[in-house]
Amino acid sequence: MVQLIVNGKKLEVEADRDMPLLWLLRDELGLTGTKFGCGQALCGACTVHVNGSAVRSCQTSLGDADGATVTTIEGLSPDGNHPLQVAWRALNVPQCGYCQAGQIMQAAALLTETPDPSDDQINQVMSGNICRCGTYPRIRAAIKDAAKNIKSPGKGAAL
Amino acid sequence: MKPTRTLFAEIENISRRNFVMGAAAGALVLAAGFPVKAEKPPKFAGDGMPNGLRDDPKLVLSIDGDGIVTFTCIRSDMGQGVRTGLALIIADELEADWAKIKVIQAEGDEVRYGNQDTDGSRSTRHHFMVMRRMGGAARDMLAAAAAAEWGVPASEVKAVNHEIVHEKSGRKLGYGALAKAAAALPAPAPESVKLKSPADFRYIGKGKTNLVDGFDITTGKAQYGIDTRLDGMVYAVVARTPVYGGTVKSYDAAATLKVPGVLKVVPIEGTPPPSEFMPVAGIAVVAKNTWAAIKGREALKIEWDAGPNASYSSDSYRTTLETAARKPGKVVRTQGDAEGALKKAAKRLDAEYYVPHLAQAPMEPPAAVVRIKDGKCEAWTCVQSPQAARDRLSKRLGITPENVKVNVTLLGGGFGRKSKPDYVVEAGLVSQAMDGLPVKLTWTREDDLQQGYLHTVSVERLEAGLDKSGKTVGWLHRSAAPTIGSIFVAGAKNELPFELGMGLVNTPFDIADAQFENPEADAHARIGWFRSVSNIPHAFAAQSFVAELAAAAGRDPKDYLLELIGPARKIDPYSIGDSWNHGEDPSLYPLDTGRLRGVIERAASEIGWGRSVAKGRGLGIAGHYSFVTYVAVAAEVEVGANGALSIPRVDIAVDCGPQVNPDRIRAQMEGAFIMGQGLTTLSAITFKNGAVEQSNFDGYEVTRIDAAPTDIRVHLVGGQDWNAPLGGVGEPGVPPVAPAICNAIFAATGKRIRSLPIGNQLKA
Repeated sequence: MVQLIVNGKKLEVEADRDMPLLWLLRDELGLTGTKFGCGQALCGACTVHVNGSAVRSCQTSLGDADGATVTTIEGLSPDGNHPLQVAWRALNVPQCGYCQAGQIMQAAALLTETPDPSDDQINQVMSGNICRCGTYPRIRAAIKDAAKNIKSPGKGAAL
Repeated sequence: MKPTRTLFAEIENISRRNFVMGAAAGALVLAAGFPVKAEKPPKFAGDGMPNGLRDDPKLVLSIDGDGIVTFTCIRSDMGQGVRTGLALIIADELEADWAKIKVIQAEGDEVRYGNQDTDGSRSTRHHFMVMRRMGGAARDMLAAAAAAEWGVPASEVKAVNHEIVHEKSGRKLGYGALAKAAAALPAPAPESVKLKSPADFRYIGKGKTNLVDGFDITTGKAQYGIDTRLDGMVYAVVARTPVYGGTVKSYDAAATLKVPGVLKVVPIEGTPPPSEFMPVAGIAVVAKNTWAAIKGREALKIEWDAGPNASYSSDSYRTTLETAARKPGKVVRTQGDAEGALKKAAKRLDAEYYVPHLAQAPMEPPAAVVRIKDGKCEAWTCVQSPQAARDRLSKRLGITPENVKVNVTLLGGGFGRKSKPDYVVEAGLVSQAMDGLPVKLTWTREDDLQQGYLHTVSVERLEAGLDKSGKTVGWLHRSAAPTIGSIFVAGAKNELPFELGMGLVNTPFDIADAQFENPEADAHARIGWFRSVSNIPHAFAAQSFVAELAAAAGRDPKDYLLELIGPARKIDPYSIGDSWNHGEDPSLYPLDTGRLRGVIERAASEIGWGRSVAKGRGLGIAGHYSFVTYVAVAAEVEVGANGALSIPRVDIAVDCGPQVNPDRIRAQMEGAFIMGQGLTTLSAITFKNGAVEQSNFDGYEVTRIDAAPTDIRVHLVGGQDWNAPLGGVGEPGVPPVAPAICNAIFAATGKRIRSLPIGNQLKA
């Protein structure tokens, strides 16, 4: 028996404690916003927050996550309007979009730790998240716009 | 050369021997990349594609009582933005409010929808006028309905932002109120539809339309193939032969069946080479979730018969290709006397360029859900060509095409990989073995890199002569690379017209004595389309070699490139041996060297060509024509003392004709650079003993954000003439990237890179 709080909801699940959190989220709970990309913590597509920190859910076992609070892309904002989500849409960041949930979850953790990140800080924290379409320039720009918007809400993100 | 005759004959042969198609009124379908049916006279563009185009608004548009317009997109979106792009064209002519447009995805049915094969950078260029006509036709139907309602002549009403207005009387009716009456009217003849003047465009060319899937993507709601969930669904992964053409000698699933959650083991009979789009041999493990299936697969004991490709190794195969490239090969274009000119030249240069196998590695690996119920098969999957998936499911499962339905999800990247639906057939076979249960079959990243359809591997050999003044006086280009044709025809050894026409035979240089040859090369792996395909090796070689010649002549490489291209002129592609011309009418789409010059000059001017740069830095440039679009890339690189490469600044100039969605053109160019940068600097798939050596993103590296250029600027050139034909956008940004970077590295360091990826060649 594993206990989790996923997107604010308390859950008790019967599952193999060795199973990565990714597959519980996707296959058992139907939270398919968290993506499978590599299964080896090499691409970041499966990034979620566990107790507030960005982790690769493909390499986080249910045993390790027992008792934790988990936030996925579906739970990042009740209305889908987290400043990062808003900035992402304003700059049309996504191409295929598949990696973007992981990118946004990683970026959200970055902004919690570093509210005003430099290019170097963005590069360092985001370098575990692969985007094969190559949206990196817009990811950098969107993170900066979101950071500005968090500091001065209501002023809007520059397009 | 006669228009396209060779191509059609060749592909028709391929089709006859290897395809059991014919569902669509005898049409032969080769799903990815080129027209196949012999036509007299040849048809071009969308009309030349299997099953052609449809021009009927009722097929793709519906409007409900609230005025919500639902557009059925017939092309797959893999990140190129086609769902937004086609929708904004049709919405513009419909004079619709963008906020009221909803996009749904067509299932695979080419008899109904016309060609749906999403590749070759052709969706927008083939559908621009069709979408305009269909949008305009629907607008005219709404106007006619309003005019009838009011009893006024149709000429007195007009469409304004989701309403039909009668200015004389001040009356207005919204599209929702008119929808039912309008739908009952016949659609006007396409040629009778009056299209908007470009001055009146609301969305076309404006870049004011956000992505239709933007909200779903950023909130995790977007549905990709891998996300499909059905009641009672089970999950599968497959252990496939590590060597192309291998078979299962024996297997022991005892340990697998003991893994908790594992339900069944299902052998998959492979289609022997040429395997076309069908599965290779393997054993599927079916379980209650993906994790259990993966664990079960790890416990499988399989003894393989590796088959004839067991000794394929990249090291020795490179030597094989080099040997082939050093001998005369099949002449695919010749003019003047190249050999004579080379002999007489004051100086003679040669160089060989190597590009390894590459994997497309879309972030969403191949995945499909298939269910079989009451004799009907239904799939939900991420495919570039749903009709190809439908045909192959039908053939392999023995279910008539009418009873096979393929639903298209979003694609988490495609890049050519998802034009081959082998994974959908695998899911169908497993479902069949599970009495029709819905099966989600997922490829792991290891599967994707090791068992997919790879970009070819190539040696390009270039020889040229310089006269005393440094002018190029002879040119020989030999391209040796396994062909994509090898997945269709056993023993195919020569590049097909569509491969030759990707920057080999249609090299646009103004050289009197030139010859292009294609020595034979055997394939030992599944070769497939990879974003921009054969343009990658051809452009890398030719555009690097030009810079090498410039250096030998002591000339500026940009000036030298422009001199080789020569004066602005429109070249008939057939006159230079390109019988393919991307399937386009040569009279509409000549190779326009003026446009090629234009993008090179623009990129050069934007990056400040000729300026002095800091020590360790250098500027490089390359220009290439592909997918009937002209792209030049100018890059500034920095090579640190330890050989570390960074790219601070990139200027990309693109002339793709009319620019329907400028923001997505910019996005595609940015992304193409970053993908091109990856294959230039990092990526390679290599074989040893018949099997791929890389297994995941640690061994097969791609560009990450920390290596991406700080500053990429995209410059849109031309495009003012909306009557001009459109070019492609998804692919043509890739080919000039590698030579631009390598030319910049030469400028920075004096080191010439001729073998990709660069890896650690700049170290020490």
